[in-house]
Amino acid sequence: MSLLSVEQLTGGYGAVRVLHGIDFTVEQGEVVVILGANGAGKTTTLRAISGLLDARGRIDFDGNDIVGWRPERVAAAGIAHVPQGRGTITDLTVEDNLRLGAYTRRDRDVVVDLDHWLGVFPRLAERRHQLAGSMSGGEQQMLAIARALMARPKLVLLDEPSLGLAPIVTQELFHTLGDLNREQGISMLVVEQNAGLALEIAQRGYVLETGSLVVSGSAAELAGNDDVRRAYLGI
Amino acid sequence: MTRTQQQAIRLVIAVIAVAVVVQFFAWYFPTHYGPTDTRLFASAMYIGVAAMGLNLLTGYNGQVSIGHGAFFGIGAYITALLMDHQYSWFGLNFGHQNFLSTIPTVAVVTFVIGALVGFPALRVKGLYLALVTLGLAVVFPDLATRFVKGTGGTSLVSLTSTELAAPRWFPSQLSAQDQWAYTMAFAFALLGLVAVWVLARSRFGRSLIAVRDHEAAAASVGIDLARTKVTAFALSAMYAGIAGSLSVLVVQNASGDDKLVTFQTSIEFLVAVVIGGTATVVGPLIGGFAVVYIQKWATDAFPNKPIISPATFGIVLIVLMYVLPDGVVGGGRRLRGLAGRTLRARRRRDVNPAPL
Amino acid sequence: MALFFTQLLSGIQDGAVYASLAVALVLIFRTTGILNFAQGEMALYSTYIVWKLTTGGVPVWLAILISIVISFVGGAVIERVVIRPVERASPLVVVIVTIGMFLAINSLTQLQFGSGEHAMPSFYPQHTWRPGGVLVSSDTIALVGVLGVECLLLYFLLQHTKLGLAFRGVASNPESSRLLGVPVGRILMVGWGLAAAVGALAGALVVPTTTGLVPSSMQQILVFAFAAAALGGFDSVLGAVVAGLVVGVADALTTGYIHALHGIDLLVPFGLILLVLLFRPSGLFGSTRVERV
Repeated sequence: MSLLSVEQLTGGYGAVRVLHGIDFTVEQGEVVVILGANGAGKTTTLRAISGLLDARGRIDFDGNDIVGWRPERVAAAGIAHVPQGRGTITDLTVEDNLRLGAYTRRDRDVVVDLDHWLGVFPRLAERRHQLAGSMSGGEQQMLAIARALMARPKLVLLDEPSLGLAPIVTQELFHTLGDLNREQGISMLVVEQNAGLALEIAQRGYVLETGSLVVSGSAAELAGNDDVRRAYLGI
Repeated sequence: MTRTQQQAIRLVIAVIAVAVVVQFFAWYFPTHYGPTDTRLFASAMYIGVAAMGLNLLTGYNGQVSIGHGAFFGIGAYITALLMDHQYSWFGLNFGHQNFLSTIPTVAVVTFVIGALVGFPALRVKGLYLALVTLGLAVVFPDLATRFVKGTGGTSLVSLTSTELAAPRWFPSQLSAQDQWAYTMAFAFALLGLVAVWVLARSRFGRSLIAVRDHEAAAASVGIDLARTKVTAFALSAMYAGIAGSLSVLVVQNASGDDKLVTFQTSIEFLVAVVIGGTATVVGPLIGGFAVVYIQKWATDAFPNKPIISPATFGIVLIVLMYVLPDGVVGGGRRLRGLAGRTLRARRRRDVNPAPL
Repeated sequence: MALFFTQLLSGIQDGAVYASLAVALVLIFRTTGILNFAQGEMALYSTYIVWKLTTGGVPVWLAILISIVISFVGGAVIERVVIRPVERASPLVVVIVTIGMFLAINSLTQLQFGSGEHAMPSFYPQHTWRPGGVLVSSDTIALVGVLGVECLLLYFLLQHTKLGLAFRGVASNPESSRLLGVPVGRILMVGWGLAAAVGALAGALVVPTTTGLVPSSMQQILVFAFAAAALGGFDSVLGAVVAGLVVGVADALTTGYIHALHGIDLLVPFGLILLVLLFRPSGLFGSTRVERV
């Protein structure tokens, strides 16, 4: 059974319908990428999964249909959502952000994880007591990811992690994401415009165009697909 | 029928309707309703005037003030003192004036004071401005008590009936004191309304809104931020001042020295603006009526328990905000928009039935 | 010299009161981002509860405790029922709602408890010491002491508990907090409940030091509390406390020494705010981000 299985998902903002019935899955241990241009509905898809907007259809996660669940409940069920623009809590320190990431956990190993992730991201450890808002975009992105991982989630949703970051930083970022997936088996659903790097770390991918999925396949297939290359890889 | 013909007919109907309404309120109402009714209506109108002014500042320009009761009080005192007393300053003799001649002074003085307050307000934004203006409302009565009450502790203002009465040239059917007060309030409400309508459509009006929505963008297209914001303050103060003058006729007194009254009045103005609809021309006037008449209704509804009336008013306010957060005029617009959309959608569906 | 210190202490005592109510205002501002005009009246109602309980024979300290608990629940309920429906609307709309609450709560208080004046007992013994000619009353010590304890408790709650962390997260970024699983609605209720409880304590402590409990008891205090919160920058509890003390002391000293200001004492706090805001538009301790109305 897939970790996440989405069927006929429709959703939007008020009277404006953005998604027109899409289907996709994410298997355990996979990185799945959804490519698309601006306005295609990538962010809407993730927000629909997280319960931040009204959606119809079926969203099966880990055995539960989570359509209509409130965001707090979705988070507690094991989905960590790293929103577009990082969403770090700027008035809190790095450490406080990380601790808050573990909010849904009731076990005593939060401190252990805190040290662990600070170890994985040494730049965050350096700025442990600094306000999140005073860090660079790349550092905040690291923080947002580490914070998401503090919840020991089953699935991490990442909304355009490369947005606003310098190319070198983006490379490092995707490198880290790839490592996390390979070494720790963390499942991810990444929506991106930056197809090149995303396809390098993904196993499978889809292409979203004005609210419908038009292409799907393995990462290699997508990278080799001429239309995809022309539209998203600039070739 | 062409569209221009439709528009012309609509315009004619509107003008006739407005003329009828104005005629009704200018003539019929004051001559056929008793003094309590006319005074109440008049008070709704001067609150509406102050609210229209405040709307320029808060609705169109985004500067929240809960201190305009102070300008109101200043206007009231100036009118009352000029009508009641004789003064001799720097060799100039003035005083014992009739009501209308006090208006220019009130307008100028409150405009200037409003501008003076507007300058420091440039540095203070949002919530802090609201609180500083609250300070104004709260400090003013103390200052008024100091300077107007005189050493005996009794008010220097004691208006006689001749001072409050209508002038000789005024038509005799409307010359009772309450009718005179009513007519003045009505006249200035109309004037104020027209002025706001013109201002809102003018370049100044657009600057107000631009500055409210995005200061940086407004400045970048050449709008003088300081001038716009200070003028908005000055104008709103002037409206409040004139409203204060009108209140002297209607209430037959000037009571700016009561702390609670000034604060209450400031709140009433703000409530009127929001209930009526911020950044609309007619909204605040309607809001003035809402504030006065809902309070009256609240008092009358429970005649033997006067304590309940503020509670009733408060609860009505809360409910109104749930139901009409855009105010009466704003909500009306939204309903009309909704109705328009549903009607249009229905028509389109009839024309293009869904394919089988 | 002795007069100066007496004035100073009197100012500190008043300041402690303004500070407590200012803390309540700041708590609400930090969570829901609005100015709660009804804070004073909520505290008034709580104070009347204390009075009513004491007339029924309940010991004062217990009455205060009960009132604090009831106020916490009441504040939370108010957030859920009255404020939540308009949380997304423009700030002006919410301000009008709090104004409506101000009127309604004051009125309902009078309806339930009557409008007469009542003597309020305090839970500590009345005593005045006179070291070196300076008047020190037990009121001052009690008020400042309680304020101090309250601040310590709040500090501990906010900085060292999971709830406090969630609270701070919601205050800064509710949507991100929601994604982390924080029940934002419930946190808002806690914020309001806490503010109401703080207000209840403030009312129960200050009213016994005045001539008596009347329906208008909290109104002037609210005005000073607004001044203190604005001065302190609305963002921080610490700022509210310091500012409250500053306002109290400034008021006592200026009206004590400058007799021309007698009767216009409200000029002091507002003159102070205006001055400070001209040079530091976000208040003494506020962060420059504040722009919520």
